[in-house]
Amino acid sequence: MEFEAVIGLEVHSQLLTDSKIFCSCSTAYGAPPNSQTCPVCLGMPGTLPVLNRRAVEFALKMGVATHCQIASFSTFARKNYFYPDLPKGYQISQYELPLCRAGWLDIDLPDGKRKRVRIRRIHLEEDAGKSIHDQALAGEQTLLDFNRCGVPLIEIVSEPDLSTPAEAHAYLVALKQILVYLEICSGNMEEGSLRCDANVSVRPLGTAVSGTKTELKNLNSFRNVERALAFEIERQIALLKQGKPVEAETLLWDADAQQARPMRSKEEAPDYRYFPEPDLVPLEVDPAWVERVKRTIPELPEEKKNRFRQQYKLNDYAAQLLTVRREIADYFEALAKRCPDYQLAANWMLREVLRVVNERKISLQEFPLSPQRLAELLQLILDRVVSQTAAVTIFEEMLHSRKSAGQLVDDLGLRQISDEQQLAAVVEEVLARNQKLAEQYRGGKTKVLGYLIGQVMKATGGKADPVLVNRLLREKLKTT
Amino acid sequence: MSDSIRRHQDYVAGKFKLVDRVEELLERIAVNSHLNAFITVFSRRKLLDQAAALDRRIEQGQKPGALAGLVIAIKDNISFRGEPLTCASRMLTNFIPPYHATVVEKILQADGLIIGKTNLDEFAMGSSGETSHFGPVKNPWNLERVPGGSSSGSAVAVRAGLADLALGSDTGGSVRQPAAFCGIVGLKPTYGRVSRYGLVAYASSLDQIGPMGKSVGEVAYLLQNIAGHDPRDATSVLQEVPNYVKYLKTHPHHLRVGLPRQYFPEELDPEVRAHIEKLVAALKEQGVRFREIDLPLTEYAVPAYYIIATAEASSNLARFDGVRYGLRRPAPDLFQQYSRTRSEGFGPEVKRRILLGSFVLSAGYYDEYYRKAQQVRQLIQKEIRQAFREVDVLLTPTTPTPAFKLQEKTADPLQMYLSDVFTVTANLAGICALSVPVGVTSRGLPVGVQLMSDFFREDRLFILGRSIEKCTGEV
Repeated sequence: MEFEAVIGLEVHSQLLTDSKIFCSCSTAYGAPPNSQTCPVCLGMPGTLPVLNRRAVEFALKMGVATHCQIASFSTFARKNYFYPDLPKGYQISQYELPLCRAGWLDIDLPDGKRKRVRIRRIHLEEDAGKSIHDQALAGEQTLLDFNRCGVPLIEIVSEPDLSTPAEAHAYLVALKQILVYLEICSGNMEEGSLRCDANVSVRPLGTAVSGTKTELKNLNSFRNVERALAFEIERQIALLKQGKPVEAETLLWDADAQQARPMRSKEEAPDYRYFPEPDLVPLEVDPAWVERVKRTIPELPEEKKNRFRQQYKLNDYAAQLLTVRREIADYFEALAKRCPDYQLAANWMLREVLRVVNERKISLQEFPLSPQRLAELLQLILDRVVSQTAAVTIFEEMLHSRKSAGQLVDDLGLRQISDEQQLAAVVEEVLARNQKLAEQYRGGKTKVLGYLIGQVMKATGGKADPVLVNRLLREKLKTT
Repeated sequence: MSDSIRRHQDYVAGKFKLVDRVEELLERIAVNSHLNAFITVFSRRKLLDQAAALDRRIEQGQKPGALAGLVIAIKDNISFRGEPLTCASRMLTNFIPPYHATVVEKILQADGLIIGKTNLDEFAMGSSGETSHFGPVKNPWNLERVPGGSSSGSAVAVRAGLADLALGSDTGGSVRQPAAFCGIVGLKPTYGRVSRYGLVAYASSLDQIGPMGKSVGEVAYLLQNIAGHDPRDATSVLQEVPNYVKYLKTHPHHLRVGLPRQYFPEELDPEVRAHIEKLVAALKEQGVRFREIDLPLTEYAVPAYYIIATAEASSNLARFDGVRYGLRRPAPDLFQQYSRTRSEGFGPEVKRRILLGSFVLSAGYYDEYYRKAQQVRQLIQKEIRQAFREVDVLLTPTTPTPAFKLQEKTADPLQMYLSDVFTVTANLAGICALSVPVGVTSRGLPVGVQLMSDFFREDRLFILGRSIEKCTGEV
């Protein structure tokens, strides 16, 4: 019997507000432990939460971007459980009436098809602190850092619309892209600003049976999500094939061992005793607020990709890569505005600009070359002042020079040799040295032309106009 | 004019020195230590320094704040920076908060002098002052009797003259009931009238800090100085604070007063009934119009209250886990540490309420208990709203009996809970309510009358309360 998986994801995303959700402490990552705390986020007796409106606004952005219905009236609730990094003994979350519900998101599948994934709900909540178990630092003791405690989160819960680990991956990629585009989440999984739990069950292919589902936790990278799902789906199918039942349980993914280990059974699942948070008044969002938020939503990756394909005549691949992040797309558009050859601009973005950015692990804001300066260089290529090869050399130089591309052409002596006589001499010389190849060419083995062009380029230190070299070589090979 | 306003004016006029007053009160507190009214009296040196500084400002002719010259005691579940905040619990005996409650800030800004922290039922859970980790509070009228609770020490401090004014907190009657038992005036303001920031939560949706004093005027004056919206408390209400004191001179004849039948049951103590009836007669003579009304849901108020209050308490008290502050009983594993810390840190009444609250919120019981109690609460609110379409004030006894004996009800929690039967409705409905002394029984125990009015209609309580004082000759 063939089986298929039914997967739903719960994604926690830290919001990039300056201050925490219920107090004015900073949310900056990486500060010394417990330096960003106050009586409110430490849950000291008598203190009270006050809702950060900016966190609500960010959650609304995500709700609008994923086509959710925005609740004009939503409430906060307490999720009660004991844990040392949860100072109040409860997490303030939303339960019965979340801020956003019933949305959707289209994702691109690896086979080129598209799929609509429904979003069940998006709600606001506060993050907990961090427990640190570090043998070297504290032996058997647990250390607590409350800097993260009270950082605003949204939890985005999908419907169980995903069928394969690859789809789950594609969904996460799309979700992260939107979050980052909206500038409401850094999307950094290593820093924990994006976290994912998965619910998964399997059923005979093509049926509507709902199998027993398990929950996977600790999926701390996109790759781990895919691997853990693959592992768990395989495990469940193997059980069913042996005629054994799947137990409803929560599993913890062990990335080192590449396997999921049981954490607790359904019977052991905690009773969170949710009830309405009496310290906060219900959250009211009027249509005018939603309208204001709508106006701030930028062009999202999906629309931008489609526009790039049409407006700049780019292929899917280039359009996809150039819209991965907003800053890349913005840089490209600034460049394209000054460079009539969009394909050339796209190639330079993908081959050179992104290479440097990735090598140096910097953002495009930190990239030393403005689109204007790069456009000047590309113009030199278009004007056949420099060759592509020489342009790369100039580009490298520009990264740590204030000089313009035009200046550097001369400083580096890279002006393209377009003088026909001068080049004809070099061509003759190269052919003289490679008579055998010339023979082969004439004998129909035209592939050798590339090698010969390379030889001419080499002889001219890469400065020869390749178009001209090409023509001269062909002519000479024909005539002699 | 109230004692406090006069005292404040005398002080500003230079008629007495605050240092002398502080000395006098510290001595009275020492002499009356058997009442067990205080958990912490602030250091004599700090108090005298503060008093002297204010005295100097008066000498220099500066205009001080509205509470200058007045000495105020606060219940020890209200945070004062740098002083212990025990909530009368073993759990917090060593906890010193780094923040002021908003009411404390307001009092200090108005130049009031806070003398110390008063005893209470542990975490404000109790109606007799007997659940305190620091021992029971005694009623100054009769040392065999309870002072009521949970704001026991605050009521006693005012009655015994250990402070001019006091703050209590009222979740189901904790200001009004001890006020009645001790023969003073106590107000539970409208929910949201006074900031709860810095008040250790018992039941957040019901808690409200309330002023206590010897007269209606004093209570109005203190409310004036602590009320108002607070950006740190999302449940405090953006509504202007009226000049309450102004209403003390208003004649009550325009007020329509309701007497809810359910508050005068057969079991009502005959002397309490007699005092209230006498009062009603006297007010009628002044032209106040009375009518009987029906509040049939009254009998459901106590059960609904004890479900909602304990549910919230079970969550509010979860933070006392021995991890960050307060008592910690180390153990080999986390669960045992929680268990030992909380077993040893909390007294039996607090544990009873945490257990009850955890139960009513748990899966499978939530709908049956918590949700149902919330529905009852909504119905009670509706019933009360309806009542206030017909009348301006509801007049009832504050308690079914005068102060009972120490230990009389400790063995029977249900009997103890029923002593709140007349007071919990105001908390469930969120409305304001005032207890005013109306006389003394043949055994020499005070009786209190309760006035309830609509949201933010404290003015009506003060108008009628003041005329009650005139009728009874108390002030």
